[in-house]
Amino acid sequence: MKRSLVEVNNLWTRFGDHVVHRDVSLSVERGEVLSLVGGSGSGKTTLLRQMMGLEIPSAGEVKVFGVSLQNSDADEVQRIRNRWGVLFQQGALFSALTVFDNVALPLRELGTVDEDLIRQLVLFKLEMVGIEAAHAAKMPSDLSGGMVKRVALARALALEPELLFLDEPTAGLDPDRSESFVRLIEDLRRELELTVVMVTHDLDTLIALSNRVAVLCEQRIVAIGPLSEVVTNSHRFICNFFQGERGKRALQAVSDALLVT
Amino acid sequence: MSESSGTTRLQPQLRHVSSPETGERVELSGPWILRAFEEQLGELSRQLAEYARDANRHWDLTNVTRIDHAGALLLWRAWGGQRVRNLTLRPEHEGIFSGLSAPRARAPKPARDWRAPISALGDWLLDVSDHLLHFVLLVGRIAIDTSRLSRQPRDIPWLEISANIYRTGAQALGITALVGFLVGIVLSYLSAQQLKTFGADIFIINLLGVSIIRELGPVLAAVLIAGRSGSAMTAQLGVMRVTEELDAMTVMGIPHTVRLILPKVLALAVSLPLVVAWTCAVALFGGMIAAQWQLGIPYSLFLVRLPEAVPIANLWLGLGKSVVFGMAIALIACHYGLRIEPNTESLGSGTTDSVVTAITMVIIVDAAFAVMFSDVGSFL
Repeated sequence: MKRSLVEVNNLWTRFGDHVVHRDVSLSVERGEVLSLVGGSGSGKTTLLRQMMGLEIPSAGEVKVFGVSLQNSDADEVQRIRNRWGVLFQQGALFSALTVFDNVALPLRELGTVDEDLIRQLVLFKLEMVGIEAAHAAKMPSDLSGGMVKRVALARALALEPELLFLDEPTAGLDPDRSESFVRLIEDLRRELELTVVMVTHDLDTLIALSNRVAVLCEQRIVAIGPLSEVVTNSHRFICNFFQGERGKRALQAVSDALLVT
Repeated sequence: MSESSGTTRLQPQLRHVSSPETGERVELSGPWILRAFEEQLGELSRQLAEYARDANRHWDLTNVTRIDHAGALLLWRAWGGQRVRNLTLRPEHEGIFSGLSAPRARAPKPARDWRAPISALGDWLLDVSDHLLHFVLLVGRIAIDTSRLSRQPRDIPWLEISANIYRTGAQALGITALVGFLVGIVLSYLSAQQLKTFGADIFIINLLGVSIIRELGPVLAAVLIAGRSGSAMTAQLGVMRVTEELDAMTVMGIPHTVRLILPKVLALAVSLPLVVAWTCAVALFGGMIAAQWQLGIPYSLFLVRLPEAVPIANLWLGLGKSVVFGMAIALIACHYGLRIEPNTESLGSGTTDSVVTAITMVIIVDAAFAVMFSDVGSFL
């Protein structure tokens, strides 16, 4: 039986007279990686923030783990917050805390884990994302952009989430770093059986990670499905997005790689 | 959703079985995941440690429905950081334990040092001298830029100067008027009670005139402006540092001192004397009302006697002082603003330090003026 972890039903978003989403519906199944793509200003990040409960849609409903984010009591929403992890575009590490304390914070907030186990868990999570224990005492301002993202990922994974939201996971990383970051997410996803919802502009990330792609354009979802289906769609935006020079090159690289293996 | 809501209600189970045919066995079942532990983590951890003491016990994890890193690490810790000899696992859980097998490096613990207070004192002294050095550098930089601008008047940032005068002067009129008016009333009211007992009612004009024009007006306005505009200046420069706007200006070849700091210093040097004049006027007005009310001194008498009671030198001294206050506040605010590091804590502490230092400096400069000009504007 398929069960949706995230359900978006008939969602509308308006800023004044400006309509961003017009009757958008979407569901994310357990275990899949769904990518939201769309041009700048198409409301991808807004939709993601609505799924996390950071913004409230003008109309419609968002359900995560079967719990409505708008019409449930605060305790219930709080409980599901512990079941998801979020990686923000800039990392959003707490600049006043060390790397260690940043990852330990959600565990300490939970209040049930003793300090010794927290220490081991934090070091394990950091090791998992490839941060050495020697960096644990550093402040976020002393880290490079790639390391900030890794630490932020470790923090997002600290509470062993079932659902992971990624906002532009590879933005601001060099190609080598973004490739290893994508591989890291892919490994973790397989190992931890995560469900992932991500917003990305990066075609390589999109192709490497997603099971399904949802294309947001002109205030609605114009296409949703596996990448191979979506690219054949004749919508103008999709053509420009995937059949442009960059899109072709990325898709070509993937099909080449598939032929080789 | 039935299963996932079910798993949060289910709890990790731990059972010890001892029978002749199977030997000593520890059976684990249920979900061994972080969310399911809740309050019983301490108890589980204690039991595990007890069972783990006997290395020959058989550990049976086949009934464990789910296990995550927290659960695996909990067992791992009980086993003393190694895999126990007799362990039965579900094949899908094998991966999570194999990831643990590498020995974990301990995080370096900060060592305690008995010399800490001494080195803290040293750090503090170095910090103070560093502040002084950079402050002198900033003042020097501004002096150089000012002399350059005096040769090229076209480059003077008039727009920034006028914007800053508006922000620090015109927009501060309300709050300074309110505070000045109330202080004038309070001062007049309290002095009137004392003067009445000596029958020296008329001297309320001398008392209010000199104290407000020479001391209270300038210091009051300067403290208010330090809190209001000084903190805003520090925060503005600090945020520009955090968002790399300062660096953007540097690479475009626009010097910060000319575009950001000099306009603020000049603007406060102009606007603070004006604000001081305004504050003094409103405070005297408040004093005048209270004097009429308490001592029956008519407004006309107050206004006629005021120029006779207070030599004009006191006004010039008060205004001259406030020019220095204004420049000091702006310089201190900019100095702290430029030193802010790109993190949130530094922004907060930098702004606080800036305001505290600026207010302290206003009082110190005021004391210096009082000593230097003690025989100016005296009245008999």
